[in-house]
Amino acid sequence: MLSLTGSGQFSTRYAQDRRIFRLWQARAGLAVLLAVAYVVVPLWASDYWFSAILIPFLVLSLAGLGLNLLTGYAGQLSLGSAAFMAIGAFAAYNFQLRVEGLPFLVSFVLGGLVAAVAGVVSGLPSLRIKGFYLIVSTLAAQFIVEWTLTKFGWFSNFNPSGVITAPPLVMLGTDLSSPAGRYLLTLSVVTALFALAGRIVRSDLGRNWMAVRDMDTAAAVIGIPVVRTKLLAFAISSFFCGVAGSLWAFAYLGTVEPHGFDLNRSFQVLFIIIIGGMGSILGNFLGAAFVVLLPLLLSNLGGSLLAGVIAPGDTENLQKILFGVLIIVFLIREPEGLASLWRGLWARARVWPLRD
Amino acid sequence: MDFFLEVLIGGLLAGVMYSMVAIGFVLIYKASGVFNFAQGSMVLFAALTFVSLLERGFPFWGAFAATLAAMLALAFAIERGVLRHLVNRPPITLFMATLGVSFIIEGLAQLLWGAQVHGLDLGIRDEPLEVSGILLSRFDLFAAGIAALLVLGLSLLFSRTRIGLSLRSVADDHLAALAVGIRLQRIWGVVWAVAGFVGLVAGLLWGARLGVQFSLSLVVLKALPVLIIGGFSSIGGAIVGGLIVGAGEKLAEVYVGPIIGDGLENWFPYVLALLFLLVRPAGLFGERAIERV
Amino acid sequence: MSVSRLSFRRLAGAVSLGLALASGAVHAAGEQYFPLQSYRVGPYAAGGTGFFGGFIDYMQLINTRDGGVNGVKLTWSECETEYVVEKGVECYERLKKGLNGAPAAATNPLSVGIAYATLDRSTADRIPLITINHGRTDSTDGSVFPYVFPLQLNPYSEVSAIVNYVGQREGGFEKLKGKKIVTLYHGSPYGKETIPILDILAKKYGFTVTHIEVPHPGTEQQSQWLNIRRIKPDWVILRGWGVMNPVALKTAAKTGFPVDHVIGNIWSNSEDDAAPAGDVAKGYISITTHPAGTDFPVLKDIEKHVLKAGKGNLQDPKRFGNVYYNLGVVNGILNVEAVRIAQAKFGKRPLTGEEVRWGFEHLNIDNKRLQELGAVGLVQNLKLSCADHEGGGAVRFQQWDGAHWKVISDWVQADRALLRPIIEKSAAAYAKEKGITPRNCAKES
Repeated sequence: MLSLTGSGQFSTRYAQDRRIFRLWQARAGLAVLLAVAYVVVPLWASDYWFSAILIPFLVLSLAGLGLNLLTGYAGQLSLGSAAFMAIGAFAAYNFQLRVEGLPFLVSFVLGGLVAAVAGVVSGLPSLRIKGFYLIVSTLAAQFIVEWTLTKFGWFSNFNPSGVITAPPLVMLGTDLSSPAGRYLLTLSVVTALFALAGRIVRSDLGRNWMAVRDMDTAAAVIGIPVVRTKLLAFAISSFFCGVAGSLWAFAYLGTVEPHGFDLNRSFQVLFIIIIGGMGSILGNFLGAAFVVLLPLLLSNLGGSLLAGVIAPGDTENLQKILFGVLIIVFLIREPEGLASLWRGLWARARVWPLRD
Repeated sequence: MDFFLEVLIGGLLAGVMYSMVAIGFVLIYKASGVFNFAQGSMVLFAALTFVSLLERGFPFWGAFAATLAAMLALAFAIERGVLRHLVNRPPITLFMATLGVSFIIEGLAQLLWGAQVHGLDLGIRDEPLEVSGILLSRFDLFAAGIAALLVLGLSLLFSRTRIGLSLRSVADDHLAALAVGIRLQRIWGVVWAVAGFVGLVAGLLWGARLGVQFSLSLVVLKALPVLIIGGFSSIGGAIVGGLIVGAGEKLAEVYVGPIIGDGLENWFPYVLALLFLLVRPAGLFGERAIERV
Repeated sequence: MSVSRLSFRRLAGAVSLGLALASGAVHAAGEQYFPLQSYRVGPYAAGGTGFFGGFIDYMQLINTRDGGVNGVKLTWSECETEYVVEKGVECYERLKKGLNGAPAAATNPLSVGIAYATLDRSTADRIPLITINHGRTDSTDGSVFPYVFPLQLNPYSEVSAIVNYVGQREGGFEKLKGKKIVTLYHGSPYGKETIPILDILAKKYGFTVTHIEVPHPGTEQQSQWLNIRRIKPDWVILRGWGVMNPVALKTAAKTGFPVDHVIGNIWSNSEDDAAPAGDVAKGYISITTHPAGTDFPVLKDIEKHVLKAGKGNLQDPKRFGNVYYNLGVVNGILNVEAVRIAQAKFGKRPLTGEEVRWGFEHLNIDNKRLQELGAVGLVQNLKLSCADHEGGGAVRFQQWDGAHWKVISDWVQADRALLRPIIEKSAAAYAKEKGITPRNCAKES
């Protein structure tokens, strides 16, 4: 049996000590996981799995990561994640539309940058307003963005319905429009950005974020540039959300209207980080899996097991109630989210079989 | 000028309606430090229960009493089932828990009473009423009167009764209140019950305005900026905040709308609230936080 | 800690069980399947339960009274969307493969957002996408959108028919000159869609039109109606949705605007839009393609064969025959007719989506057929073709009497010749953007 012991693996340089995965076993596990995601899944999964489960799961993980950087690491509460997703999506769409021959990955990045600028603007009040009152600035962003994108036809190229349609996803002559292609595209972008985020939170900036989160007055006292730290948190978080928005519009739905990024979406992203675990990178995947899979599971179970027993509308209401109950149970039983369950398992696995 | 006054007064009266919802928030925030997002669903639940009972042949006050009992049971269940287990958790966790609660209440309300839209008639004929050339709404005036009574009653309850005294001490400092022998659970129970009552009154007034349907739970979005302007912990603040938001958004819609595009009522209150916060970071009537390292 | 670990393990078990159940299917053919992306909870549940109730009851009627369509029984299953786009997409992907071997005939999401999001997929998967009375206007042009069918009435036809009716009421189009019309629209893409068409019509007939937006969800309309009071229009066109409608009527009464000069559009025309406003809604006019009522022979049949047999889908029997329910019945009739027409060509067996698409494109509902269906006055004459996926473009007007809708006009036709070039231009732009080569409709049979 594979031992997960860390014995004999010493860090001889700081760079080694700062690595995301310090154990070779963990690195091997990651390699296996990536191999499964890139090779096994595309061979095995059906259209339904790609289009209805895996792609939204990955995109929402990324949106969760964006919010987690801001809220879980830097301690700034935001209820406007969906607004930044919308900005990213619509900006990317317009770059695609107005700049001839721009590779779509470049428009994703540009869209993310536009969202980052908007993020900084909505983060400015955080320099003065603290705690729960801060939700007002991101909520304002949430409503203003929705209104602006609906109100001014330019953003949706004057489509009478205000809905944008994704251009064909062609990269280097390869058409990625098939479900598997869109999955691989999403997976690659998400993997790259998660790696980036893993680096950021272990850098000086990440440590400054945590200091500001734990107590910003104290952080200022020990010489951390609070203003810059907070604004960078807003910018980077919004960048991630913006790219997630582009993926949502282009790789997942293929179309999007401003209303698709409403307050409920922001709440959904918030659920992801609460359930997955604030201040955790892995938690975003776990939380997104919970938020995407649980309703599907309940709806599938309700459709097959309860069909005929109670009226269809009632099963949906029961599911809604159950979802609410599960959220509360999680908050009560596992305040640090699913990620802390994982940490517990990992800690136990590392000492196995010496102690159970 | 008449038109300006009409818009202003209409806005102020609409603002009172927002305050009605906001007061429910404030009560709960004061007592248990919870930002109760489920207040909107409680309003929905109350109105839906009331209307459904009415349609099943209950007399007005019978339905009112039964609904109030249901609201108390609901408040009790939330306190027992959710909040008691979340003592001393960060505000965001409590907030999330109330989001979960709102799912449960919305599901429950529709499970019990169905998804139909109901009309609710409180017997006030809302014909236009002109006072020296200015249009007023009878219904809104009635609602404002109810709100005034409610605020009066609440302030009497909190300033003149033993329960009110205990409540204020709990709001001030949980631990100290416990130490002097105040039964925290009971106070919380009372406050949630009062919040349920306020929710019921708000539900009836809003239900009569909009019809009783799922969208009632969305009035919570109108109450949020009110709370932020007024501060989370002041009933007077909720009223003043409501007036500011109501008047502000209506005037902006009419006079700013034509310049930058109309339909701005959704976001304008939030921008307004933001401007207020930049001047006073804890709301107009909120308690100023003192920071120590 | 141990408790939560246990619950996590249980959850993981439940996940795999549920997914296994979802993918496991027993094979049994011989039926035609309708995947239903229904919505029975959430803010729009009232519409969803009515529409899907009527649709299901009609299919039930076909099964119990006729033994299916030419012996091919209809089957269906529901998937809840809550009117949320990505849930609708998930449902689409889940249901598109058919049920137990019965192939999917067509999808009917009754949601603009879901229709948009499944438009490309429908074309790729060759399953017709039916957007009755709503959807993407330019999908009327079937040469670019072979699989999309905005049956009966697209948004452009809707406003055109309303203006034609106003013209009638004023005593001729020449009387429209100098009149003032306000459109009060929902602050969403749906609400804004018809602004350019109204502007064109205003120019053509010489009336002025003012567009006033109500932000979603529309619970507060004081300032909008005070503005209307200042403008003093002759007519107000209400393009509402959900709670916005009763609030509009209440606020109209509050500000002294006569509600019998407010004309609601196709999503402001149900009992749920007028009744919550109470007495003040009396006199309110709206359009409909599917009048409410239980006197149509087809509804009598549903009552006899389905409701009396205890197989009705509605939880609240009072809603039988209301506007949304009847829209569902109309939608059921059109879907079943398409299957029937396609069966005449391809054989009396369960058909693929591609074959049913042919049926939709050759829908031809004339008076004789309406008589046979028992749906005279409930459904308009409809003739589709490769180039025209709408087919009708007519509406009737109804007035609220405080408890029921009363039909007050015959079918009023939209000026479709005027709209056609605009639709074609938009469809052509879409075709260019997406790299689609339009079909040549002259060659289609």
